[in-house]
Amino acid sequence: MSEITDSQGPIWEVFIQSKPGLAHKHVGNLHATDEEMALQNARDLYTRRQEGTCIWVVPFEAITSSTPEDDESFFEPNNDKAYRTPTHYVMPEGAKHI
Amino acid sequence: MTTNEALVKYCLRLGDSSLILGQRMAAWCSNGPVLEEDIALSNIGLDLFGQARTMLTYVGEIEGKGRTENDLAFKRLEREFYNTLLSERPNGHFGDTVVRNLLHSAYTYHLYTALKDSSNETIAAFASKSLKEITYHLRHSAEWVVRLGDGTEESHNKAQVSLNEIWEYTDDLFTMNEVDDLLIKENVAVDLNNIKSLWSNTINEILERATLSRPEDSFMQAGSLNGMHSEVLGHLLAEMQFLPRAYPDANW
Repeated sequence: MSEITDSQGPIWEVFIQSKPGLAHKHVGNLHATDEEMALQNARDLYTRRQEGTCIWVVPFEAITSSTPEDDESFFEPNNDKAYRTPTHYVMPEGAKHI
Repeated sequence: MTTNEALVKYCLRLGDSSLILGQRMAAWCSNGPVLEEDIALSNIGLDLFGQARTMLTYVGEIEGKGRTENDLAFKRLEREFYNTLLSERPNGHFGDTVVRNLLHSAYTYHLYTALKDSSNETIAAFASKSLKEITYHLRHSAEWVVRLGDGTEESHNKAQVSLNEIWEYTDDLFTMNEVDDLLIKENVAVDLNNIKSLWSNTINEILERATLSRPEDSFMQAGSLNGMHSEVLGHLLAEMQFLPRAYPDANW
């Protein structure tokens, strides 16, 4: 995971909250020398068109990712369990974020 | 000098300083040290152009000569520009640019904070809106000056040289003439002596964090109030004004 380095400083993953109350969504990454600069860069790169109300920056090294080898045990068992998806329900009127 | 003439001059100072520093920042586009900074520096330029547009449009209205913001930006000669001498200083290397921007944004930060209470509604609204942008410009340049100053031996030495070389242009920010006298009485303008002490405190604080030493005030340049500029402004204008002068009817 932490093998990816180049001459432009460490990589930070950026998460933006588009409205108060909503979850922060991953939007991309950037280079920065430290967390303050990462926040500034995220502001410039990812929020200049009014995309957000809050920014999180996370050092790339801090993220633990699953790997393709995990696929079989992590994801495949869910493929035949359609009853876990609420597709048979009628959406209540006015519910926006389900 | 009438109050209106003074107001025109005063607004040209504000508008021209934003325009010229904006043009300097625009020159960083595609030349930034890293992609993230390239966008940050160009963004700052765009903010400054927006500020310049507000002020130059207003100047066009109050001077009553039928000039538009574009006429004022592209059809004046260097002696007719009233931007601060600091705003026209060349970009140099990245350290030169962030040091210059720190000194200038700390100035506009305190100036606009005070001008929010101007009795002139356009200036008050301009100051209030611009302050949000300038607060970020100050944060951006200050954080970089701290990192360069308190970075490696090489970055520290370079930042100190940048500061020493540009220091003589800082006094010009605070010079005043009859324009200020007239407008301070009307509560349109603010006393720049007050701004100077606030600016000084901010700069001292940042330089201390950056482990840089504040240069001595020795010889100081002046002249922007009378449209007296250094050679570099002519070169900047030649580039900025080339297209509308060569093709006067050019359109987007």
